[in-house]
Amino acid sequence: MTPAAETHTISLIVNGERVTRAVAARMHLVDFLREQLDLTGSHLGCEHGVCGACTVQVDGIAVRGCLMLAVQADGATVVTIEGLTDSGVLADVQEAFLQRNALQCGFCTPGMLTTIAELLTVDPDPSRDTIRDAISGNYCRCTGYHAIVDAVQNVVVARRTKEAAE
Amino acid sequence: MSVIDQMKGLTFLDRPNSYIGRSVPRPNAKRLVQGRGTYVDDLRMPRLAHVAFLRSPYAHARIRGLATSAAKAAPGVIMVATGADIAKVCTPWVGVLTHFKGLKSAPQYAVAIERACWAGEAICAVVANSRAEAEDAIALIEADLEPLPVTVDMETALDPGTPIIHAELGDNLAFERTLDVGDVDGAFRDAAAVVENTFSVGRHTGVTLEPRSIIADWNEGEEKLTVYHSFQAPHMMQDIVCKHLGLPEASVRVVCKDVGGSFGIKVHIYPDEMATVALAKILKRPVKFIADRLESFVSDIHARDHRVKAKMAVSAEGEILAIEMDDLTGIGPYSVYPRTSAVEANQVVNLTGGPYKHQNYRARARVVFQNKVPMCQYRAVGHPIAVMVTEGLVDQAAAAIGMDPAEIRRRNVIRDDAHPSIAASGIKFEKLSHQQSLEKLLTMMDYDGLRKEQAELRAKGIYRGIGLAAFIEITNPSAAFYGVGGARISAQDGCTLRLNPQGGVIAAIGVTEQGQGTESVIAQVVATAVGVPMSDVRVVTGDTDATPYGGGTWACRAAGIGGEAAWQSGKALRANILEVAAVILQSTPDALDVREGKIVDKATGVERMTLAELGRVAYFRPDTLPADLKPEFVVTRHYVPKDYPFAFTNGMQASYLEVDTDTGFVKLLKHWCVEDCGTVLNPQLVDEQIRGGIVQGIGAALFEHCRYDSQGQMLNGSMADYLVPMSSEMPDMEVGHVVTPTASSELGAKGAGEAGTAGAPAAVINAINDALRPFNAHVSVQPARPEEILRALGKV
Ligand code: FES
Ligand code: FES
Repeated sequence: MTPAAETHTISLIVNGERVTRAVAARMHLVDFLREQLDLTGSHLGCEHGVCGACTVQVDGIAVRGCLMLAVQADGATVVTIEGLTDSGVLADVQEAFLQRNALQCGFCTPGMLTTIAELLTVDPDPSRDTIRDAISGNYCRCTGYHAIVDAVQNVVVARRTKEAAE
Repeated sequence: MSVIDQMKGLTFLDRPNSYIGRSVPRPNAKRLVQGRGTYVDDLRMPRLAHVAFLRSPYAHARIRGLATSAAKAAPGVIMVATGADIAKVCTPWVGVLTHFKGLKSAPQYAVAIERACWAGEAICAVVANSRAEAEDAIALIEADLEPLPVTVDMETALDPGTPIIHAELGDNLAFERTLDVGDVDGAFRDAAAVVENTFSVGRHTGVTLEPRSIIADWNEGEEKLTVYHSFQAPHMMQDIVCKHLGLPEASVRVVCKDVGGSFGIKVHIYPDEMATVALAKILKRPVKFIADRLESFVSDIHARDHRVKAKMAVSAEGEILAIEMDDLTGIGPYSVYPRTSAVEANQVVNLTGGPYKHQNYRARARVVFQNKVPMCQYRAVGHPIAVMVTEGLVDQAAAAIGMDPAEIRRRNVIRDDAHPSIAASGIKFEKLSHQQSLEKLLTMMDYDGLRKEQAELRAKGIYRGIGLAAFIEITNPSAAFYGVGGARISAQDGCTLRLNPQGGVIAAIGVTEQGQGTESVIAQVVATAVGVPMSDVRVVTGDTDATPYGGGTWACRAAGIGGEAAWQSGKALRANILEVAAVILQSTPDALDVREGKIVDKATGVERMTLAELGRVAYFRPDTLPADLKPEFVVTRHYVPKDYPFAFTNGMQASYLEVDTDTGFVKLLKHWCVEDCGTVLNPQLVDEQIRGGIVQGIGAALFEHCRYDSQGQMLNGSMADYLVPMSSEMPDMEVGHVVTPTASSELGAKGAGEAGTAGAPAAVINAINDALRPFNAHVSVQPARPEEILRALGKV
């Protein structure tokens, strides 16, 4: 068997569903999600760990799906933009993105949202600079970032107002 | 305006419940925030094969032979195709247009046959069951390549003794244009001050976050080629595929679904994409090519790469008397097909000095071949170079005569009441608003306050700079752009509307969406023109089988040209609706209107019937209508600008930044832009186009650079090494508007997508030089990396 043909069986939870698949040893996590599970919401902008378009959650942490092998995700819990959408955890951020036009082509958006989800878990009240720093590993070629920062700030304010009301 | 006039509904301003001018969110963006978009790589199809390319490691090499037997035998391989194999189904092309007199180029093949002319040119293709297997097989090809002498430096490309890249062309000069207007020598002779400089604008590239992507599928049974393409101009692609594969129009359909950024990168014909189409034809199955990021850097078009020597004459009162400039640009080994690589230099000649009144102007632009990645049009073609040259010289002139940079601009911009006017280069302005834009910008940024702050901080050893830049932008191009030169690129666009039985409207339109918000703007215009809620309008774009013939989206034409076609079409559909409704309601079309999806009494607004009821009768019970009444609920209207070759927009930008004089680092503090794109159809979308454009311009000014060694190897072709702007280093940007509608259309909208990119680099570089003024230091090289700034300061 050539190294390229080497496969392993992995079992993991993706967006709440248990999946078991045989994967090539060299296959990256994001390729596995896109090609074997047809979860095409995670994108590939560079495949070398710089742009952040492939960002997904693995065991609750935002990671670059192009830097992790699928076999490394054996036993893990993976959540992609499709899962974050269906569970509704990001609904207000997604709505804020729409209202503020914080996306243009949308190619960076799933990765961007996944990073923002993590930011807001760690720091529910980030400053503009903190937001800018947090998304610095997610390239956006279209928006110039300003509207994205605005959208996140709008969410922060709305969540705070909602909390105060409760 | 009287109530009676409003009721007439003559212009969009009179329409009730208008969506025009409102920041409504984009209906089609929802799927994108959910990760449910459909970019080319997301499509699933049976029997899909994948192609990868072997690319030349040399900038110039003769292909002596390709040993492919090991690759052919590799696991999963379906076909190994050389340039000669592909050329059997796809003919070569030459990127010239007749209106660029003297422009020459050589035939270019989808896959190189005899010679590779840049490092990265495809020299062999492998099709396999997966991309990984295709790449494995590529590694097994033994290419016998004989390195040839290279021409890399554009400065020496025309020297005798420099290798000529295409011997049959005689030299390395692709195109030259000269212009001499007024009495330039006299103006320089009589000037109080003459300033000069050499500006260098480095090569950079688009880095669309979604790389170039294409799937082509030849269905032998239907004799139909379907091309799913991440592209801006589907009808242009269709025409070119027909021409080079020898297929009739009916046999080629191009579909552009979601496109992950374009910026002018995805509007050119790429050899590897044409090869993919040819391979699908040969293999009779879908073949996919997605550029990986490393090959994007050496196969996407590069942009800019200009060296401009320029000087300006001013009077003691600060009047600009004359400009002279000499532009040299390197375009790689071929002029890119079909738009050519002469356009940018031509624009630099047209646009330099454009905002100002002077009438003495001499220019020369030379476009040369070199063994680098092909160069062609990218966002704001030529504008950033022309603006940098002009605005750099204006600041130098101000300094030379001791005048404030804002004041010298105030004295020289073409007056708002002087239009229509003709610039020294001959370009025609319908109506610009430089004076209003300048004053608005200065107020927005509190110019005087910033100057004060700057002076106070300077005393403390903190060096901040303020940079201003006036710009003009070409939008709404007519056939003068490409059509007159023989390019089969549509200048007109059409919009077809269909009223459905439930009262919804489908709008099919030739302009396309790459994130600018085209579909949203079209929906806003249609909803307003017809009189339906925006949620009842569905917009279809990017399908040559389904939309009217059109040019796609480039050169800021989507809102101005597509929007007007949609407006005209919407008015026509409303008229047809009212004609039928009047019969049913025993009224007259004049006495009725369509509002919020209902037929109403025009004078009182009282509802008479819903569009759904009208649709029910017209579609399902036409037997109840008079025999001579024939409802036409599908209408099409087209629009092409005719009065002016282009609708020029204008504006003014400012940058405020701080330079660390020990490290050469620049911290951007704030950026402002006042812009006049005529009628603003959706303010939020326009503002975000401006902001996105500014950041791409900042990228050019400070970071982005395709660096080459003397052998023509790109040195930083990865996303880790090629720097693009990141959020933490970008400033907040304030955008303001002056509104001067174009009279050539009813909506009066012009484009806004390139203004940010046009003016930002000059504003930033001028701000850096403003900060460095106490040190008598000056940078005129882009990107102005820390090293350049330290060099200017004499520290390295
Ligand atoms: S695709 Fe993973 S970081 Fe760019
Ligand atoms: S919206 Fe296009 S890359 Fe971010």
